[in-house]
Amino acid sequence: MTHPASVQSTGETPPGTGTTTPQRARRGWLLLVPGMLWLALFFLFPTVQLFFTSLYDPAGSYISGYQMTWEFRNYLDAVVDTWNLFARSFAYAGIATALCLILGYPLAYAIAFKAGRWKNVMLVLVIAPFFTSFLLRTLSWAAILSDQGPVTQFLQTIAILPDDGRLLATPVAVIAGLTYNFLPFMTLPLYASLDKVDYRLIEAAGDLYSSPVTGFRNVTFPLSLPGVVSGTLLTFIPASGDYINAELLGTPKQYMIGNRIQAAFITEKDYPLAASLSIILMAIVLVMVIFYVRRAGTEKLV
Amino acid sequence: MSQGGRDLRLEGVTKRFGDFVAVDDLTLSVPQGSFFALLGPSGCGKTTTLRIIAGLEDPTQGQVFIGEEDITGLRPYKRPVNTVFQSYALFPHLSIAENVAFGLRRRGIKDFKSRTRDMLGLVQLEPYADRRPAQLSGGQQQRVALARALVNEPGVLLLDEPLGALDLKLRRQMQIELKRIQTEIDVTFVHVTHDQEEAMTMADTIAVMNNGVIEQMGHPEELYENPETTFVANFLGQSNLIVTEVLSSSPERVSVDCHGQQLEIDSARSHTDSGRGWLGVRPEKITATARGAEGRNGANLLSGGRVSDVSFVGVSTQYLVAMPWGQELMVFEQNTGQRAQLRNGDEVDLAWAPEHAFLLDARQDAHAGVMTPEDLE
Ligand SMILES: Nc1ncnc2c1ncn2[C@@H]1O[C@H](COP(=O)(O)OP(=O)(O)OP(=O)(O)O)[C@@H](O)[C@H]1O
Ligand SMILES: [Mg+2]
Repeated sequence: MTHPASVQSTGETPPGTGTTTPQRARRGWLLLVPGMLWLALFFLFPTVQLFFTSLYDPAGSYISGYQMTWEFRNYLDAVVDTWNLFARSFAYAGIATALCLILGYPLAYAIAFKAGRWKNVMLVLVIAPFFTSFLLRTLSWAAILSDQGPVTQFLQTIAILPDDGRLLATPVAVIAGLTYNFLPFMTLPLYASLDKVDYRLIEAAGDLYSSPVTGFRNVTFPLSLPGVVSGTLLTFIPASGDYINAELLGTPKQYMIGNRIQAAFITEKDYPLAASLSIILMAIVLVMVIFYVRRAGTEKLV
Repeated sequence: MSQGGRDLRLEGVTKRFGDFVAVDDLTLSVPQGSFFALLGPSGCGKTTTLRIIAGLEDPTQGQVFIGEEDITGLRPYKRPVNTVFQSYALFPHLSIAENVAFGLRRRGIKDFKSRTRDMLGLVQLEPYADRRPAQLSGGQQQRVALARALVNEPGVLLLDEPLGALDLKLRRQMQIELKRIQTEIDVTFVHVTHDQEEAMTMADTIAVMNNGVIEQMGHPEELYENPETTFVANFLGQSNLIVTEVLSSSPERVSVDCHGQQLEIDSARSHTDSGRGWLGVRPEKITATARGAEGRNGANLLSGGRVSDVSFVGVSTQYLVAMPWGQELMVFEQNTGQRAQLRNGDEVDLAWAPEHAFLLDARQDAHAGVMTPEDLE
């Protein structure tokens, strides 16, 4: 990155007049102050607080208060009890992310290249679900997937589902809910990336003996990789911490790590456990993201 | 495929965008292995024509043939045609070498590496093989675009102003290279350019296009010496167009009256034979001599001129001569040093051979195709 001030300093300011370069640079940094303060207050401070909470003596309670005893054992206890929830969360989130990519890519592609004057309408339709609450939409999925609901009935009629089979309260329902809820987070970055792809490059690939499929593989898809990376991150990270879908569309058998954290915080009020689970989730996701972004090779992204 | 070779033919090709006709009933034939230049002002439909040949645009009407094969409905990737795009269209995520190798690899050619290297050498970009397009200058990018198309040795190569961003020296060098490659690998070149000199030195055939129509097509010399429309007369080089009245015409000569003076034109170069006509004569074909100094000697002579501007440009001197009817005519004279320079205000006669003039229909706009300074930007 070139420093903005150093670009401006070449020739734009006549020597000896106006503000000098260091002053300009300092003013530029001032613009960052509100954002920094916000992050410090509402992100950094709670995170540090959470970290300390995770090390409190679990013998305490929220009524009697907690002792800071640097209980690193909290982490071990947390993992031993819940590793299967972590595994399930990442599996569900992974499957939902893959489904979002499969559903979202053609959609984003169509909006970017084929929609013509319907482009804006289609974009609004992608965003439209955000106009109602996340909870409400998930509740209506519960209705749609219910045992008497149209989807279950139909699948039973065509014998894909056995007569006593159900959708609600199965992993299928939870994953379907996750996929539905996070689809816009996948579609929008994909669209932003695809929309930037110069259509003339796709034509050039065709001119250079690429069939539509090879052209897509060698030109369109690589150029849309930044969107794929940000879309999968924006889907996978919140999906792995989600608890609403498992709560409303599943049973305790489908519970994810988010449900356990929520229960520990709200119901059991076991703050050290809840905090250590949160920190572990954060750490695992962070490691996965770093690994993923490295693999996707950001330096290859234009 | 017939033995008639792989000529490129367009038959009655029309392209409409809504109500706008970008290419209007175009018919042309480019023999295999020849160099065809398409010349014309901005927006006249050159790129659209190339895109139709490449298959990137479907013609509203008409057909495209290579040899006897109708390729009108063929998808671009199945056509033996490659394009050097006006916008380069280099793949930003691939290195220069990968860009050049792109077409070869799609066709599964084994020695794509060595061919790519040779081609990069040809366009003098070997040291840049591992860079990305964004790290090259405009002229270097243009050469990559050229290399990426040329390396495939297609049957037909479409070049959309492929040398526009190069400096004069490099452009001349690339012109020679292009011409050499074209003769060597027997490729049909369809070359769009704004540079008339480039078109005239390189092409076997030039087509001058205007408003989606080919105004005239032929050998460069023929187009220059015998333009059929005022547009071609002005667009290709410069012309003096003088309004005249046709007096009589015979199979050899046409006589015209020009503000009271009689002039003659070769019938072969007369494109109107009655009524009013534009007499055209190129500035370098005219000799200006002091009034009354020379006899007629079978030449056309226009008297009554007065030098109104002299500009010395080194190899030649360019005069403007004001005529009695108010028009200023251009006269270019080589600086051979054998004749004294004329001075501002000198009274002169203008002379040229009848076979150096041409006669055009006076209903055409005398200023059609005149280059304004903005066009040359
Ligand atoms: N997709 C399109 N939709 C509508 N009009 C178009 C389209 N493509 C080209 N045109 C119009 O067709 C005309 C010819 O365009 P074209 O690109 O062929 O010009 P050109 O001769 O290549 O010009 P230049 O020398 O500036 O490149 C122009 O007036 C242009 O505005
Ligand atoms: Mg063009």
